[in-house]
Amino acid sequence: MIKIKSILVAALMALASAAGPALAQVHAAPEIQKQPWSFAGVFGTYDQNQLQRGFQIFREVCSSCHSARLLAFRNLSEHGGPGFSEAQVKALAAEYEIADSSSEGGVRAGVSADPWPSPFASDAEARDANGGALPPDFSVIAKARGTTQPFPGWILNYFTGYSEGGPDYIQALLNGYEETPPEGAEVPDGKYYNHYFTGNAIGMAPPLQDGLITYEDAAFPQTVGQYSRDVASFLMWVAEPHLVERKETGFRVILFLVVFAGLMWLVKQKLWSKVEH
Amino acid sequence: MASHESSYTPGSAIEKWVDDRLPIIRWSKEHLMDFPTPKNLNYWWTFGAILAIMLVVQIVTGIVLAMHYTPNVAMAFDSVEHIRRDVNGGRILQAVHAVGASMFFAAVYIHIFRNLYFGSYKAPREILWILGVLLFALMMATAFMGYVLPWGQMSFWAATVITNIFAAIPIVGDPILQLLRGGFAVDNATLNRFFSLHYLLPFVIAAVVVLHIWALHVPGNNNPIGVEVKSGRDTVPFHPYYTMKDLFAAVVFMIPFAWFVFFAPDILGHPDNYVMANSQVTPAHIVPEWYFLPFYAILRAIDFNIFFIDSKLGGVIFFAGSILVLFFVPWLDTSKVRSGNFRPMFKPFYWVFVANFVLLSYLGAAPAEGIYVLLAKIATAYYFAYFLVILPLLGRLETPRPLPTSISESVLSKSHAGGAAPVAAE
Repeated sequence: MIKIKSILVAALMALASAAGPALAQVHAAPEIQKQPWSFAGVFGTYDQNQLQRGFQIFREVCSSCHSARLLAFRNLSEHGGPGFSEAQVKALAAEYEIADSSSEGGVRAGVSADPWPSPFASDAEARDANGGALPPDFSVIAKARGTTQPFPGWILNYFTGYSEGGPDYIQALLNGYEETPPEGAEVPDGKYYNHYFTGNAIGMAPPLQDGLITYEDAAFPQTVGQYSRDVASFLMWVAEPHLVERKETGFRVILFLVVFAGLMWLVKQKLWSKVEH
Repeated sequence: MASHESSYTPGSAIEKWVDDRLPIIRWSKEHLMDFPTPKNLNYWWTFGAILAIMLVVQIVTGIVLAMHYTPNVAMAFDSVEHIRRDVNGGRILQAVHAVGASMFFAAVYIHIFRNLYFGSYKAPREILWILGVLLFALMMATAFMGYVLPWGQMSFWAATVITNIFAAIPIVGDPILQLLRGGFAVDNATLNRFFSLHYLLPFVIAAVVVLHIWALHVPGNNNPIGVEVKSGRDTVPFHPYYTMKDLFAAVVFMIPFAWFVFFAPDILGHPDNYVMANSQVTPAHIVPEWYFLPFYAILRAIDFNIFFIDSKLGGVIFFAGSILVLFFVPWLDTSKVRSGNFRPMFKPFYWVFVANFVLLSYLGAAPAEGIYVLLAKIATAYYFAYFLVILPLLGRLETPRPLPTSISESVLSKSHAGGAAPVAAE
């Protein structure tokens, strides 16, 4: 049975190896910088073109190893997303074969309502194909990762509503590979050195290279920097598809509450003006 | 002051007929409208009403969430995501419930600290206070079980760590642990019973709230000067004076609430809870929700054996003791004066206690290493010393400032002196 003390010790050891560069003798990870995302802040919205580019990267690169089981084809045409038309989504879904035991032959063409097909049938199969490492599911990955700020800095986050730690981390990770690990860092065979990954040895080979993906719009640089921004934005949308709607509602709600509070204050003042208190 | 004349006269034959059989309208008029309330209450007193509203918010959103949630280890995580993604307004509903728990605790902490400052727990309000502490304990249990339901990594490991606390109890510890978990490890049985209890406990809370308000309506409200109501001149009817003031405060309270719900719904949680529970992978940091941090710090502060009590049991004793000691506060505080405003020696000790509590929260989230370990011990010592040593002694050593003879006199002298009311909440 796991005792509380041993859990705490294990947690502390993990902490020490993650956050204690001196102890773990790894290269000190540079602090992850906050990026200027279009969806940050009170009036944040997704950049439709960016989501489409990010989707292209997800589809052509990420999805060959990573699943996104909570993403459905239909989401791609929903309000606030990449803004594909329903016909485009229908055609896209039809390109995929979906395993369906109730269909003739066990497979059928995809429809809009289908979830995004997973590249592997099981976790075991995924591990076998990836040198023992399990590529995490991408459905909510942008919210399952985060960044930390040193002591006084994080207090400000509550007032700015900082919720982009996930995309910040993803972008940093995709740009954090180092071909020659710094001195003293040991990288096991089949692993790659990354500044931002816990323990610095990541199972994923650098997935992006400059020029790997050809954007339809040549105005955007075809570099790892641009790719990583685009795919991080897309993953944020996958994790939080109703972000725009939520923030729009929030703006109205807060506006209403401020006005309502003002009116209630006047009511209260008028009422109490006759009472010495 | 509950013993006041009923001013209700049935307005129609039907009302008269109802009043003779079930005087519910009479009761409502007496207790929800005419109830005489001291006229000098400041904004710290609005948190009672805010808490009542928060309980309703949590129950209503919780009931709707339960319509879409699946308490099964294979499906719970995805069903919460299903709520966020596919249920109409689900993202907001789920955020209101999750952030609502935090706001509920923020309000209850303010409510408790207001009590401690103004000595509201003193005679004749001991039972009112005890019921309040009971409500706080019930809230903690409910919030903890609710946090387990999304079945993320933090849910799972919090459940493992917290249920493990009970294993430290000699003899009965292991049977209790297995009863809580429904097995030897946190699994489907645990999730199911936590869901069941998470649905039950809010209604138990609601019932205790009824007793809490009943116990309030017997002696009536305490007030910032801590002098009992002497005559009708000291009070105003609850409605419309306090209904409107409380409503104003509640609307203001909703602004930060909405801020978190709509602009940073996950900021009070932990990214690891967006990773599905996995018993094979221990997260790097197991940190409870912020509202448990002070007590978590106390639990961890005891890392040494005390005679025959090993450090683990010691931690549990102090952890439980930190809540249990609250039940005895009405008798530990020996001062006859209620309000901290008239207690010159009490004030600095009180504010150090508040700062110490904030420090404990910080330490609960900090790694248990280096200077933090020592600080946690000192802060824990002060937490207990405040209740067990300082409060009993102060009552004997301190010379309180002279009290006003009545609320009216205090109010008049204040307005004649031209000074603004010392209302810290505004």
